Amino acid sequence: MGMTMTQKILADHAGLSEVAAGDLIEAGLDKVLGNDVTTPPAIKVFGEMGASRVFDKDRVILVPDHFTPNKDIKSAELTKCMRCFARGQDITHYYELGQKGMGIEHVIIPDNGLVFPGDAVIGADSHTCTYGALGAFATGVGSTDLACALVSGSTWFKVPEAVRVILTGRPGPYVTGKDIILHLIGMIGVDGALYKSLEFTGDGVKHLSMDQRLTISNMAIECGAKNGIFPVDDITVEYIKKTDPERFTRGDYKVYEPDEDADYSAEIRIDLDGVPLTVALPHLPSNTRPASDVKDMKIDQVVIGSCTNGREEDIRIAAELFAGRKVADGIRCIIIPGSQRVYRKALDEGWLEVFDDAGCVISTPTCGPCLGGHMGILAEGERCVSTTNRNFVGRMGHVRSEVILAGVPVAVASAVMGRVAVPGELKEA
Amino acid sequence: MTVKGKAFKYGNDVDTDVIIPARHLTSADPSHLAAHCMEDIDPSFVDDVKEGDIMVGGKNFGCGSSREHAPIAIKASGISLVIADSFARIFYRNAINVGLPIMESPEAASAIGKGDEVEADFDTGMIRDLTTGQTFTAKPFPVFIKKIIDAGGLVEYTKQKSEDR
Repeated sequence: MGMTMTQKILADHAGLSEVAAGDLIEAGLDKVLGNDVTTPPAIKVFGEMGASRVFDKDRVILVPDHFTPNKDIKSAELTKCMRCFARGQDITHYYELGQKGMGIEHVIIPDNGLVFPGDAVIGADSHTCTYGALGAFATGVGSTDLACALVSGSTWFKVPEAVRVILTGRPGPYVTGKDIILHLIGMIGVDGALYKSLEFTGDGVKHLSMDQRLTISNMAIECGAKNGIFPVDDITVEYIKKTDPERFTRGDYKVYEPDEDADYSAEIRIDLDGVPLTVALPHLPSNTRPASDVKDMKIDQVVIGSCTNGREEDIRIAAELFAGRKVADGIRCIIIPGSQRVYRKALDEGWLEVFDDAGCVISTPTCGPCLGGHMGILAEGERCVSTTNRNFVGRMGHVRSEVILAGVPVAVASAVMGRVAVPGELKEA
Repeated sequence: MTVKGKAFKYGNDVDTDVIIPARHLTSADPSHLAAHCMEDIDPSFVDDVKEGDIMVGGKNFGCGSSREHAPIAIKASGISLVIADSFARIFYRNAINVGLPIMESPEAASAIGKGDEVEADFDTGMIRDLTTGQTFTAKPFPVFIKKIIDAGGLVEYTKQKSEDR
């Protein structure tokens, strides 16, 4: 029986010539990641295990991003705990606030060239699956798994079955990776790919930029998937050539392709031409509707940012749509560039000026409001259109507040109209 | 090992944000987490739960974030076992790793009612609803997972393994 792309990566990292769905394997890891919420508990376990050094200081990535800049004393203590550990262990890839390359973990890690095709990565953050966009295997784990991997540089996996997602056609105007992944989650449900890989393929892939693919892989977890992986093509090669030219020149990466007779437990076809501008209504990412069907929904706030939609292309699209337009009266619009590099790009390109003129507030990179941390928490009865990834009960604040998930163009149109809206409704600027 | 307690019943897709909201993640102290467990969907849970009680959920229990704080909060609240139709994968790993007993049984998850007295045996996988008299069998764990559970969690398992070398 042939292997899927994911199965081939896992087999190689476990030193096996072949694996099959259901096998339990121990795999070596190229990178191990934690953040300010999940790393402190892992550091505690690390100590309890009697460990003194991490397996490789160059292959551990620690990023303060969830409650940073620290929102209160307790979160400051968490970040301090991780910072002290990073210094003590001389961790190469620790990103302090304001430092070049800092930002939200899943925005900066691909952008800084820390993951390449064929890598195997775990992170104590559920959205670690983002790096599947680069043709890598990447998945989220908890703090104890992180602690053990910090010591051993390996972890156990159950080899997943895979769902093949065949993308055909070309997305329509303003339809982004976010609309595509919300559309897919709406089709299969929040447990539609539970324990499985999503393997994206088909002619439609070539119409998706790397930033769009990163958004799609990022939300694979929202349908229960272990990982969501894309094939490696010219777009991938152009991307990694820029992010780490030295590693690219060394050829220190591996392109995997599924076997022709690979076994897929299901096959889903999506014609990108038919994917509408899509939103997910409260309180599940699978509760999707065409955005144009819910235009009567009033809102109080818009958030544009996060590990799902805080990349350069997202912020550029937001600026293009906001140019010459204003945020509606009574609406707060919070723009959060996903990294210091994206922030600087927005500054250099004049995008920040556009946002300021439009009446948006611009934040430093942080996960902040996405998980109800800080920088835009909702009060009782408030509703937010957000480019983030989850709309669970109480996710962004009060238990009786609501989050509507959307892509960047719908978020901007909604901010301008003061209700759920699509870009086609906007008057000429 | 056998546990017995009253059932707290919830629906499908119980996510980690409702198990323990992110606003409480500034501390990983189990008693702090337990004090806020389930508060957004069941404000009286914390007051009503007694040591040994059992939590029952539907499909995809524990979906969402990777926060290990979620199984820790449930365990520290006194819950001795979570029975569900299915578990989200990171929650499944985390529960095993921190030593929160879980059992997968779609039949039990659907039939057990709120407040029912439930007894379960981890070794045999038998689940008994003492209120209705119904019995169910949970899906057995793979051998490797059973070893981690028997060791008392991943840390103990990893320690034992390194001692064996």
